[in-house]
Amino acid sequence: MTAALLFWLAGSGLIGLAVYGLIVNPHPLCKLLALNLLGSGVFLLFGVIARRGAAAGLGGDPVPQALVITGIVVAFSATAIAVGLLLRLHGEAGVASIDEEDDAP
Amino acid sequence: METGFDLALTLLLLGVGGWSILARNMMTAVIIFIAYGLLLSLAWVRIFAIDVSLTEAAIGSGATGMLMVIAAHKVGADARRVVHPSRAIHVLAGIVAALVAVGIAALAFVLPGEPQSLAGPVMERLGDSGLGNPVAGVLFVYRAFDTLLEKVVLLLALIGVWSLARDEDWGGIPGFRLFRHHNSVLTLLARSLPPIGFVFAIYMTWAGADVPGGAFQGGTVLAAMWILVMVAGVRKVPRVSSPLLRLAIVAGPVVFLAIGFFGFVMPGEFLAYPQGYAKPLIVVMEIALTLSIGVILGLLIAGPPKGEDAA
Repeated sequence: MTAALLFWLAGSGLIGLAVYGLIVNPHPLCKLLALNLLGSGVFLLFGVIARRGAAAGLGGDPVPQALVITGIVVAFSATAIAVGLLLRLHGEAGVASIDEEDDAP
Repeated sequence: METGFDLALTLLLLGVGGWSILARNMMTAVIIFIAYGLLLSLAWVRIFAIDVSLTEAAIGSGATGMLMVIAAHKVGADARRVVHPSRAIHVLAGIVAALVAVGIAALAFVLPGEPQSLAGPVMERLGDSGLGNPVAGVLFVYRAFDTLLEKVVLLLALIGVWSLARDEDWGGIPGFRLFRHHNSVLTLLARSLPPIGFVFAIYMTWAGADVPGGAFQGGTVLAAMWILVMVAGVRKVPRVSSPLLRLAIVAGPVVFLAIGFFGFVMPGEFLAYPQGYAKPLIVVMEIALTLSIGVILGLLIAGPPKGEDAA
């Protein structure tokens, strides 16, 4: 079970890194990337919980695993829309930024 | 030995994840993020979640990475123009991030001793469905409603992306950059890889009933092949108003819903399968879903319609 503990630590470290990136990087694409990293860290924690539920000859609890698969797909859908919005903003304003001072092209 | 591997993987994940957050150049950050996704899928293998590992490699790393590469290419140049926050904000963000990380890490040592598991109940009744892969069983039998809604979310995402097109471009061709160099390696790959890719996608979908794999992973391989063909200019990118394209997009959810409603007639409940027919029905659903997922993923990456001349 050392793998489970190590990946739990990895997951929490990744969440921390992503929170930092989410706050300090002002570019929306950086924020989107940080958000995806944050999501993957949370999924990894969930995977460790699934591993803790290993029983009935399986290496992990299949229910959380199936939920993570659904989660990855939904996260991708959200990212696709965010990228679409970002590119439209870039196309209209010439610059993709959420900083008010940056509004004037 | 195994602990050494896990430790190295943990350090690599943290290092590569941190690098993609801190990288100055947007394109560098995105490409490191793709590498990070592949490393993460190794971690998933190590905690016995092969299905999740395949999904992470295909969607989390591959498809998301492709979206990000396109976005970074189009907007990356103005990343440097953005005003960066002050040192105080950096320090504050560092403290907040460290607190969050340490807090969550500490939970590893205070989680309740006896882990709860649904593995037993799942395995007990899995035989009734005729499936051999417990994750596929959960996705298509126990949590079929979730899986249905997940496909609908994909469909809604595509509608969302399409609705970002400008009015005059509506009905046109998705506008991503094409590389029409007829003697390039890309063209060669776009002509030689798809047959192998299609067979592999069909295998993954078919095998998903009994071993790790399934409609999602197969559909992503299908999408990757289609994108390769479109980007190399071997086949034209279809117009978003094409009826055939629309049919392929809704095939999966429609078959899923039809079988779901048929459940009212036969066993008497929505999304329930008639005794003994669960596996054939699930396989039919998976085939339709693979096609729809492949087409939807390809179109999500291709982006909103951009008028007549996509190049």
